[in-house]
Amino acid sequence: MLARRIIPCLDVRDGQVVKGVRFREHRVMGEILDLARRYREEHADEVVFYDITASPHGRSVDRSWILRVADVLDIPFCVAGGIRDVAGAEEVLMNGADKISVNSPALADPDLIGELARRFGSQCVVVGIDSSGGNGRWRVHELTGDPSLSREAGRDTLDWVREVQDRGAGEIVLNCMNMDGVRQGYDIEQLCAVRDCCRVPLIASGGAGAPEHFVEVFRRARVDGALAATVFHSGQIAIPDIKEYLAARNVSIRD
Amino acid sequence: MNRDVALVDCGGANIASLRFALERLGVEGHFTRDAGRIEAAERVLLPGVGAAGAGMGRLADAHLLELIPRLTQPVLGICLGMQLLYEVSSEDDTPCLGVIPGQVDLLEASPEHTIPHMGWNQVERRAESRLFDGIPDGSWFYFVHSYAAPPGKHCVGDTEHGRRFASVVNKDNFFGVQFHPERSGQHGQRLLKNFLELPWN
Repeated sequence: MLARRIIPCLDVRDGQVVKGVRFREHRVMGEILDLARRYREEHADEVVFYDITASPHGRSVDRSWILRVADVLDIPFCVAGGIRDVAGAEEVLMNGADKISVNSPALADPDLIGELARRFGSQCVVVGIDSSGGNGRWRVHELTGDPSLSREAGRDTLDWVREVQDRGAGEIVLNCMNMDGVRQGYDIEQLCAVRDCCRVPLIASGGAGAPEHFVEVFRRARVDGALAATVFHSGQIAIPDIKEYLAARNVSIRD
Repeated sequence: MNRDVALVDCGGANIASLRFALERLGVEGHFTRDAGRIEAAERVLLPGVGAAGAGMGRLADAHLLELIPRLTQPVLGICLGMQLLYEVSSEDDTPCLGVIPGQVDLLEASPEHTIPHMGWNQVERRAESRLFDGIPDGSWFYFVHSYAAPPGKHCVGDTEHGRRFASVVNKDNFFGVQFHPERSGQHGQRLLKNFLELPWN
């Protein structure tokens, strides 16, 4: 039986790992390679590297660290941030990333998703969606890496979830913006709504603050993976501990 | 440890992780589509990502379709590379290398079993194999695929995702793994090491 994945996300800005609260007030959390090594040793199931400044500033991710990360990690890793075309994606994959994740560029040019899927296969193509709202209605946001540029993207979240799958997305990461960085738990209502229209793997992001939040998101929202940053980087929740906690509650987990 | 390892160039983009995994074992893999080089190597790895039709097309372009089934040294197909060892894939109705009897088919999607089958899953041992030395039965490996072969005569390990499928196969000198050992942590590393250290004449 497929294991539910525990995924630390390293938000990278200017070569360092940072984390903000509700997508603002970023502070430095550590060096990229140190954290990558630590998560490998702690049996994280995957690591995501997200260059939060790439898209809002119209530049590509700095690729030099991708090779070094690929050398350190023997688990899958995904690179997000500023991948705008097939050539840019190919460079990231050639440097050792296993998956590429697109967010704002896919909103600007939805055909990009199909182009990437045809070239590399759907299994390589993750679409990140930043979403907020409530009461059964959620809206997609774009350029969220920079508070001064962040804005609503003019799309309904559930419609966009359906569209990106039809276009060839092999996985969806749903960043629930209301909950991001506040450690009050995942946005279960929104994740359940997305799960019901998502037939590809779904990863929950935003809101993890306590072990029971992980149990809740796997049991109630039936997501394939739970992504978190702050609670892992700070050591507030250690990955071996959360895995043991989940396994003891009959959640399928890789030990 | 065998040091002359040929990595057959099937045109997939993310080959770096496999090269790094070999380097961690002290082996430099030669990325090649040269028939002479492949034939002379002590070990051959057939990696592959993407669709079966495209993968077979690239092997055909490199004039490797007849060579690969004739190889006598240990050959390890990884992911799509394992699927290409079978007779046929229903992905684009592609005739494959025909080393192992059987057909590769699409896994069935359901609310509990999303496709692609992406993530960590367990391999249950069905027969003895040197590939499993030092690896506990039921260990977790990292999978990313939508098509798979049924467990059959040559299946030495299988995995469940909606249905059971062959996740490790072996016929004579041909081996295949449906998962990515280069991204499967310590057990994946051990499996690669076992393959490289197989006693073979």
